[in-house]
Amino acid sequence: MKGERKKAFVCSILLLTLFLSVWQLTTKAAVQGKSQGLPGPAAVATRAWEMLSDPVYDRGPNDKGIGIQLTYSLGRLFLGYTAAAVVAIFLGVLLGLSPALYRALNPYIQILKPISPLAWMPLFLYTIKDSGWSAVMVIFMSSLWPILANTAFGVAGIKRDYLNVSALLQLSWLRRLWKVVLPAAAPAIVAGLRISIGRAWVAIVAAEMLIGGTGIGYFVWNEWNNLQLTSVIFAILMTGLVGVVLDMGFGRLAKVVSYRE
Amino acid sequence: MSRWDNIKSSGEQSPVTEKQQGSLELNSATKPKSVENLLEGAVEKAVNHAIFGSELARREFLRLVGAGTASAILNSIFPLNPAKALAQEKTGPIEKKELKIGFIPITCATPIIMAEPMGFYKKHSLDVQVYKASGWAMIRDMSINAETDATHMLTPMPLAISMGIGAQAVPYVMPAVENINGQAITLHVKHKGVKEAKDMKGFKFCVPFDYSMHNFLLRYYLAEGGIDPDKDVQIRVVPPPEMVANLKAGNVDGYLAPDPFNQRAVYEDAGFIFMLSKEIWPGHPCCAFAARKDFAEKNPNTFQALFKSIVEATQYAHQASNRKEIAAAIAPRNFLNQPVEVVEQVLTGVFPDGLGNNKNVPDRIDFDPFPYHSMAIWILTQMKRWGYIKQDVNYTKIAQEVYLAAGCREVMKSLGYKAPAQNSTKHQFALGKNKLFDPDAPENYIRAFAIRRS
Repeated sequence: MKGERKKAFVCSILLLTLFLSVWQLTTKAAVQGKSQGLPGPAAVATRAWEMLSDPVYDRGPNDKGIGIQLTYSLGRLFLGYTAAAVVAIFLGVLLGLSPALYRALNPYIQILKPISPLAWMPLFLYTIKDSGWSAVMVIFMSSLWPILANTAFGVAGIKRDYLNVSALLQLSWLRRLWKVVLPAAAPAIVAGLRISIGRAWVAIVAAEMLIGGTGIGYFVWNEWNNLQLTSVIFAILMTGLVGVVLDMGFGRLAKVVSYRE
Repeated sequence: MSRWDNIKSSGEQSPVTEKQQGSLELNSATKPKSVENLLEGAVEKAVNHAIFGSELARREFLRLVGAGTASAILNSIFPLNPAKALAQEKTGPIEKKELKIGFIPITCATPIIMAEPMGFYKKHSLDVQVYKASGWAMIRDMSINAETDATHMLTPMPLAISMGIGAQAVPYVMPAVENINGQAITLHVKHKGVKEAKDMKGFKFCVPFDYSMHNFLLRYYLAEGGIDPDKDVQIRVVPPPEMVANLKAGNVDGYLAPDPFNQRAVYEDAGFIFMLSKEIWPGHPCCAFAARKDFAEKNPNTFQALFKSIVEATQYAHQASNRKEIAAAIAPRNFLNQPVEVVEQVLTGVFPDGLGNNKNVPDRIDFDPFPYHSMAIWILTQMKRWGYIKQDVNYTKIAQEVYLAAGCREVMKSLGYKAPAQNSTKHQFALGKNKLFDPDAPENYIRAFAIRRS
């Protein structure tokens, strides 16, 4: 096993080195200021160093350090995501336990699910009349569906034995929910949560590009206006890294709630 | 007397006895008057006279509805509170010190942007932060939702929003124009052979917004060259900061955009400057400083201070000797976020045009705050011409309600600058079949165009 892991690790490193070399060789060095095509990894690394060495500067509402931008984005993410999780788990449990309700609501869920969360934005802006909360609602809409679908699936798939035993023991519905239903469906629920956090993170970056303000998406847009592709690539990398961290968190959670049948 | 009918129908009928009428006059004669009260009364009286024309008609009206109601009715037609605040030399106590002003990162907003780092807002006791918006739709929404207190807008926008076109109907006032000139038609480098409008058939253009001078000037230019802007070319709305990237990517063939995006295209070797907008209409208005009417009415002193800061900044920017300093102040990431050379080339008017020539056009962009009513009327005629407005328009009424020409004159005078005596003027275009725009004959002007939608 250990030998396999070592091989995989070395292979990964080799791939990275190969990619970076090809990238560096195929891009010309950027002349100061002017953008001559895509910048090479050296230029991006320089910019990354610049940005990371002073991550929390504040030179006005439109120019803040990368740390502050990420904090704002994550703040919006967690607001929208938590709200979506609460609503989706609640609805999902209801739908999972009641096949009739599930069949009744399913068509609407299927129609709303594929709608791009960003398409909701103009509607939210018009009704909510606040750009910050509209962004949070976009996150809400993007996180809702995977959690809902997975929760309903998980709850509907609980072994009948568990439900029978809880009926036999005459558990109150609250105890049944807390002690039987949720733990049994937990792996599916956490899988849904994990998918959703990825979707939500994707959506927030795009939403911020449209709204402006402060956030990693706004940072990307602002740098694109000045055709500073080094900053854009750096921001993309940061976005990816944060996404990995978030996903790893949920991976851990998944391990905690998993059980053998 | 249609004006009389409008006023009569909107007012309440509260009978005022002769005694009350007499006592009103008596009160105003015996109460000790401060300079402020005198000025306030003078403004109201001036507006009264402007609306009624004769003393007799005014007294008749006052007798019918009472002084209080008359004031309220007038207030609904003409923003009296801001006007009164403007007429006073010294600003009263500021109602709201911390303000947010939205802007788009283009050189048109130079006075709005530079007033923050260069201290013009501070000078008038205001603590202003300027917020960058991602596009004109966001500027509109942030302003309508009161997320910003005042905002940078395109000169047609306050008119359109007040009329409820392309937005919910919210009354706006526009006290000052930000810049005149300052745009250009930039084409992709592959179109270096294009010489006139006829060569542009089938092109894809961008403009920043439908309700913009850019859209109207582009359409005017194309139509004068025999090209129908809705049928022979494609005009897309793209936020200005994205235009250079689109040009570089080859998505569009050209654009009529605000600077610095024309000069930036030259800097990036993606495009060349085909024509400056001043070659279409020298002295055309472009961007403006606007606020919701209810903000101006609830905070007249703040509005006056803001108005003064903007007019002062505009006049400072007008001086050619200050342009380099301004370029350095507004280029950083917090503001325009453009290379300082590009901003300097735009503001000083010494620039390469992308065809190998170095040009020197000092009034490539200029700054003049006066919002002529005739400018509003031209914009309204173009909105009617291209079908953005379908109903009949009372051009003068809308222009007067939104463009605060008289207010601007007061502020300019109070700061010691010369202001035009007339609110309207005839505008001379540099190209076109009918080069003279007469604001008193807007319908004839529209009908004289060969290509139009109405």
